[in-house]
Amino acid sequence: MSSSASLHSGATPALIAPLAAPLPLAPRDAFPLLAADPALRYLDSAATAQKPRAVLDALRHYYETANANPHRGAYRLSVAATDAYHDARARVARFVGLRDADCLLFVRGTTEAMNLVAGSWGQAHVGPGDEVVVTRMDHHATFVTWQQLAHARGAAFRIAELTPDGRVDLDHLASLLGPRTKVVAFPHVSNALGTVNPVREIAALVRERSDAIVVVDGAQGVPHLPVEFDRLGADFYAFSGHKVGGPMGSGALLGRRALLEAMPPWQFGGDMIAFVGDEVTTWNALPHKFEAGTPNVGDAVGLAAACDFLAGLGMDAVIAHERALVAAAMERLGAIEGVRVHGPAADQRSGVVSFSMADVHPHDLATILDERGVCIRAGHHCAQPLMRSLGVPATARASFWVYSDAADVEALAEGLESARRLFAA
Amino acid sequence: MSDLTELYQSVILDHNRKPRNHGAPERFDATADGRNTLCGDALTVWVALDGDTLADVRFVGEGCAISKASASLMTQAVKGKSRAEADALFERFHALVTGREAPPAEGVRGPLGPLAALAGVSRFPIRVKCASLAWHTLQAALHREPGAPVTTE
Repeated sequence: MSSSASLHSGATPALIAPLAAPLPLAPRDAFPLLAADPALRYLDSAATAQKPRAVLDALRHYYETANANPHRGAYRLSVAATDAYHDARARVARFVGLRDADCLLFVRGTTEAMNLVAGSWGQAHVGPGDEVVVTRMDHHATFVTWQQLAHARGAAFRIAELTPDGRVDLDHLASLLGPRTKVVAFPHVSNALGTVNPVREIAALVRERSDAIVVVDGAQGVPHLPVEFDRLGADFYAFSGHKVGGPMGSGALLGRRALLEAMPPWQFGGDMIAFVGDEVTTWNALPHKFEAGTPNVGDAVGLAAACDFLAGLGMDAVIAHERALVAAAMERLGAIEGVRVHGPAADQRSGVVSFSMADVHPHDLATILDERGVCIRAGHHCAQPLMRSLGVPATARASFWVYSDAADVEALAEGLESARRLFAA
Repeated sequence: MSDLTELYQSVILDHNRKPRNHGAPERFDATADGRNTLCGDALTVWVALDGDTLADVRFVGEGCAISKASASLMTQAVKGKSRAEADALFERFHALVTGREAPPAEGVRGPLGPLAALAGVSRFPIRVKCASLAWHTLQAALHREPGAPVTTE
């Protein structure tokens, strides 16, 4: 089902490039929404990605040919649905470098995955006097989930601060680790700044100083970088399907088998049970123990198609493409009067540029850009603790993906220049 | 005039740059905090009453040009009005920014006076919250038991 052949067929449109800059890695016409609106400059892919045609086709194909309730029917159609679901799990697991595919749990997204780890492992293992560590750059999905777990269990909640250029301060993080540390959670990539965190290095630091589990929010990792879970050193890794080009409401939690097997179920219902007695119930094996109720087969199939699509492009090529765009954008935006770009150097980021313009609020920028068909995010990016440390109530954020190109950067820059002129009037 | 220049006309930009009645007062009778969680806008409104009259209205806040200019224009518009008059003004203002009431013709001073500068908001439905935040907060200060903050969400 890979669509890689068509992606490298030279269908990339020619550009009058004002910068010696990137063409799209995947052509816009592989994305029906972008193909339908050639003037649209969609720069909010960190919020959600546009969907490749291959994903939409896979969804339709599943519902038209294999839709039934899996794991239940003693008829061929149900077997087809079951096979589609298991096949999707195997393909997604392979894409993220997880050999033991039964340790990939399908969930609604990163938020649900984080709540699963906190609600199951956290409730069982974190107690009074223990410590839970997150970072200043965590998304609310991580930050609030662990903050509330810590409060509920009487544990201390600690926040690792950042360096001035928006990276996790590893010395400060190290100083927070000790024998009472039970959980260390952090993003693979900051959604607000684009900072790529050194996951292996942080995991090693945690192992050296504590027995804590390492929980990684990979929502901005999997769409942009090669991920090999088995070699990351993390205990849990979560991501959302919709940011990978898959359907909204899809996603996965990857975990180490020993931990998942020892964890209590998080939700109860059909599929997750082995034997139900009048008094006692036993649990099904992995992954089913954590997938109560009828699974979301269609979206799992769509997510697998998205992973195949990205595998066809090559994740090394994806991150290289995004970094070229970020470098071009940082240079172009940095030359505009009053613009301040937040976060680290381009080679330490995914395709995110978070910025402020003096005297023009991000929300006003977003409206002015929207009039030119340029979609950016303005706000706190579900990272209010980070905004406080940057000393801004909100930032404007442009984010790139495989279909982004130099014309997007130029449209953004021209929109910002027009905002500058409008507010100087 | 394009929709954008209508939205960001000079009155708005002026009040954004130099908000009137800005800063905490020494004495007040009612106050409330307002918050727009979508964009992080947050402001506080204070009212000093003289009987039923809004003798002074002041604000501080962080936010976009629309929310700041709207707050600034509001403080000028409601000062000296009774509570009922302030409520009625909000009704008309809300009708204007949501497009239910047409703005006055160019050069004509309508019943909303300078508040009509915000008529351009009606073309930008997602910005209605920005324009109304200060008003919702004023309403909360005047009519609500003190306590929970206001949100336009």
